[in-house]
Formats: sequence, C-alpha cells, structure tokens
Amino acid sequence: MSKEEVVLLDFWASPFCGRVKIALAEKGVEYEHREEDVLGSKSELLLNSNPIHKKVPVLLHNGKPVCESTVIVNYIDEAWPSPPLLPTCPYERARARFWGDFIDKKIFEGGAKIWGSKGEALEVGKKDFIEILKQLEGTLGEKDFFCGDNFGFVDILLIPLTTWFYAYEKFGGFKVEDECPKFSVWVKRCMQRESVAKALPEPEKVYEAVVMLRKMNGIE
Amino acid sequence: MAEEVKLFGMWASPFSRRIEVALKMKGIQYEYIEEDLSNKSPSLLNYNPVHKKVPVLLHKGKPVAESLVILEYIDETWKQNPILPADPYEKAMARFWAKFLDEKLWPAAKKVVLSKGEEHKGLIEEIQEHLKTLESELKEKKFFGGESLGFVDIAANIIFWLLVVQETLGLDILTEDKFPGLHEWNHRLLDDAVFKECVSMERLLASFKVRFGALTASK
Repeated sequence: MSKEEVVLLDFWASPFCGRVKIALAEKGVEYEHREEDVLGSKSELLLNSNPIHKKVPVLLHNGKPVCESTVIVNYIDEAWPSPPLLPTCPYERARARFWGDFIDKKIFEGGAKIWGSKGEALEVGKKDFIEILKQLEGTLGEKDFFCGDNFGFVDILLIPLTTWFYAYEKFGGFKVEDECPKFSVWVKRCMQRESVAKALPEPEKVYEAVVMLRKMNGIE
Repeated sequence: MAEEVKLFGMWASPFSRRIEVALKMKGIQYEYIEEDLSNKSPSLLNYNPVHKKVPVLLHKGKPVAESLVILEYIDETWKQNPILPADPYEKAMARFWAKFLDEKLWPAAKKVVLSKGEEHKGLIEEIQEHLKTLESELKEKKFFGGESLGFVDIAANIIFWLLVVQETLGLDILTEDKFPGLHEWNHRLLDDAVFKECVSMERLLASFKVRFGALTASK
C-alpha cells in the first residue's frame, strides 16, 4: 500500500480549518499538521499553494493543494470514501449542499456583524444572527444531525463555527441556549464526538482572540 | 417512466441560464416557468422559502435551489454527458473555480453597474485582476473543462453578463489584447449550439441599455 502524504496548513482559531480537521479524523486519515502565523507572516508553502486567496486551510494531498474549506471537505469525502459524509441519494445530497451553502454565506459574516460593531449596529446584527440560527434549528427539526441519524457534511461545516458563538454571546449580551435550545442540544451532541472535541479550540480562547481582533479594528 | 422536471427561472439571470444549459446538454425535457422577480409567484416562494430566488429546479415535485447545487444534482441524477470530472482532485478544482467566479468576479461586476465615474477605475482594476487569474487558469485549453464544456464553463457564463455591462457603460474591461484566451473562449462558447440558446446577448444589451444606459451620460 503506497504511503499517502497529507499535510494541512492550519490556524488554531479558524473554524474553516476546524472543518478539515474533523473530516480527516472522521475518515481516520493521518496527516501532518502545520500551524500558520496568519496574522503575522504566512509561509512560502501557503503562499505557493494558495496564491489566489493566500488563506488557510489548505490541504496538500501528495503535494497537490486543495483550497477553500467546503471544497476540501468534499474532496476528503471523495478521496477517502469510507465512511461517507454525504447521504447517498442525490436529493438528500443536494439538500446537504444547499444548507452547507447557507451556512457558508450567513454564519461567519453574521457573527462578524456582532463582534465587529457596537451600539445599534450590534443590536441589528444580533437580531439577524438569531434569525439565522432559528432557520437552521427549523431545518434540523427532531433529527439528531442535519442529514438524519449520522453525523455528516452539514454538521462538519457548522460545528466549528459554534466555537465563535461564546464571543458573539459576550459582545451581544445573549445566549444561544436561550434563543435556540434545540440548536444547543445539537452542539452538545456534536461536541461529544472525539473527532470534534479534539479538533476544536476552547471557546474562551477564541473569545480572547476576538477581543484582540476588535481592538485591532478599533472597535471599543 | 415520465420524469417531471420544472425550472423556475428568469431569462436575464445568469444563474437561471446555467441550469438551462445543463438540462439541454443532457437532453432532459423540462417545463420552463418564467418568473417576474418584482412579483414572485406563490410557487417560487413555496419552493425556495429560504432565499426566495431563481433558479429553482423541481424534480418529481421536490425542489432544489442554488445554481451550483442544482448543477451537481443534475449531474448526479442524469449521468449522460457529465458536467463534472470523475477524478476527485479535478472535481475539487472545478468547484474551486466556480466558487471563485461567484464569490469574486460576480460581486465586482455587479458593483460596476451600480457605481459611477471615479469608482469605476478601482472596480475595473479589481475585475481585471480576477480575469487575469481566470485567463491563466484557462491557459491553452479549449474550455475550462478541457476538450469539452464543463462545470466551470457553465458557471463562467457570468462573463457574458460582464461583456454586456462593459458595452452598455462604454468601459474597457475584458479586451482582446489583455485577455486573448478569454476572448477566444467567449467566441467558442457563443458558437456552441446549446450555449447559444441560453444567452440572448442582444436582448440583454437592449434591456441593460434601457436600465443602465443613462449612467453613461454622467461619465
């Protein structure tokens, strides 16, 4: 069996990197982890592997780079087919991709409107953010995970983003558990998985990083 | 077994047109429903309550929304004339480029239409940076998909909308001298039987001139 070389260019606080780490763990893929100094100086390898966006995560599989976390998670699912992260039926797969796209467009940007602002703008951001979570809660319904009984693609895309929620809660003066109790139950269920718990940073540490980001952006 | 396929679309939306290209490429019979976006039908709002947008594909009564999601659904459901490559790495590259088109090129192109005079310069430079990136990805290939039209070519239909914008506003953005590869690719696509049916350049130009042509007067 030939040895596969898998390298992940990572940043500890990035929820997008978190997605890739969880996906690799779910598949039992061994990889070399390289931490990037994204706020300082990015490595030659990063700049060469992702010249267009110059961002993490980047997955290098036998030297070939894959960029953009959602693209990477799909790639991991296809390059290592077992266990599958997406449902088998095309309609359910489309549903999963639709919600993945929704999560990509709404959550991180929505959260930035909370930590990145104050006063009236923050209140509006908070209201919008809670609405977004309620929509997700609605699609989760009574299921254990977004696509049914099994932890998969949509859960992997969303759960790392929740490590930033503590920061949003502190700045916004609200609690996700109060606004969206079913969503919180799902978060706790995911965090019980070893692949998730090992991949993700402590929300308190993320909060400290966001406090710094806020200062750097002159919001105080 | 009769498949019931319906497409809720709008003739001037590149996202809607992408789906028509894919359905026609695969020879899939479908019913097309033109939406008036200023007065959306109850059906559209029912089938896409989250975004309330076109395109929406209805297959055996079940809706699929978001153009790139719909393209992948079509490719997985009807296997003839595949749109995406089979190899996982090539597939990842195709998805990467489609994302680039939608997240980088399209927003910049939209801003140009809504901005005036002085702002144009910065936006044009930004768009040209993205076009340079695409030009270098295209390289010597006939299409982004290689020898035949694929996922990225379908997604890159937004380049036609950019050409309409530049002609309407009298701007030089995608020019033959700066982007010979893209220029050639554009002609190749307009020569393709399926693609030709799904773009209506003259109608777009006429419509854009009415909506945005007045902006050229303020230059």
